[in-house]
Amino acid sequence: MSRRPASRVLSLVGGVGAFVLLLAAFVQLPDLGHVTHPYGTRAVQAALGRDTANVVSSVNFDQRAFDTMGEEFVLFAAAVSAILLLRRFHDEEEDAYELRVGHHDVWSAVNLAGFALLAPTIMVGFYVVAHGAVSPGGGFQGGALLATGLHLAYLAGDYRVLRRLRPVAVFDAAEAVGAAGFVLLGLSALLVGEPFLTNWLPTGSLGDLASAGTVELFNVAVGMEVASALILLLAKFLDQALVVRGGGGE
Amino acid sequence: MTAQALLGILLTATAVLGTVVALTRDPARQALVLSAYGLVLGVLMVALQAPDVALAQIAIGTAVVPLLVVLTVAKVERELSTRQEDPEDRRRHPSGPDRRVRR
Repeated sequence: MSRRPASRVLSLVGGVGAFVLLLAAFVQLPDLGHVTHPYGTRAVQAALGRDTANVVSSVNFDQRAFDTMGEEFVLFAAAVSAILLLRRFHDEEEDAYELRVGHHDVWSAVNLAGFALLAPTIMVGFYVVAHGAVSPGGGFQGGALLATGLHLAYLAGDYRVLRRLRPVAVFDAAEAVGAAGFVLLGLSALLVGEPFLTNWLPTGSLGDLASAGTVELFNVAVGMEVASALILLLAKFLDQALVVRGGGGE
Repeated sequence: MTAQALLGILLTATAVLGTVVALTRDPARQALVLSAYGLVLGVLMVALQAPDVALAQIAIGTAVVPLLVVLTVAKVERELSTRQEDPEDRRRHPSGPDRRVRR
């Protein structure tokens, strides 16, 4: 754990420098809670104009939908690359013994907690995706909840249970459908003569579940993509940690 | 004033736990500390009225990322222990994900 003095000095200088610069920046920040932000005011007006109660969703899926499309494909590309890197090589083998590991290695309280939380967490995940245009959250948050919630099945049972609940081929398809759905939904605006990603559907009335036009549909596409990407990513990591052995060259 | 005090406490807790994460050397322990840090960060975001970000932070920062780290550590330790043992012998010494490998 001995580092060379030069790197110590460099990290000290860098740390102190960053600290001073951040401090100087923070001093000039406006006071907490006493600010009328020009962008914030306009974003809220635009969101209310399209009956989107959740202004953050309005910014993400309506006013700045193009940025969100980029972010969605960053996640898509990252998940696909990780899945590609973690695929099983020809010199690796699956060890069926490890599939039984898990159930006897954890406390029964953990089993019980996983079992009790599984369904409520999945429900909350669907709720957060469905109410993306109305209340805090949305496709990304709900998708992450769905993906993590599903893995409570591993705590409740063992890896075989999780594998049965999580057919990889289904989520492979769902990830692609989610990513493509976002783009196709954006392109659908062209059919009614509006620019790409325009919120062209009727917006309903503020606060209703079926309000905000395309915002909710974008949320569903993103929720599908995020949940599937995380589930596939964790599936590859779990396979590597629990099932795949050998390989890597001796 | 109480809001300011709450924010002060949460910011201090975030700074302290962040330092603890950086100073923890063992990756498996670090993943657990990172999870606790992520939870405090999530609460701070709720206090700052950003529930969306808090939700994402708690799902990703306290669950998915530490899980990926723990799984990676388990895989590495298992491969190391497999190579040290006789290949025929390994079924009698399964090293599950929750068991620490003794060296």
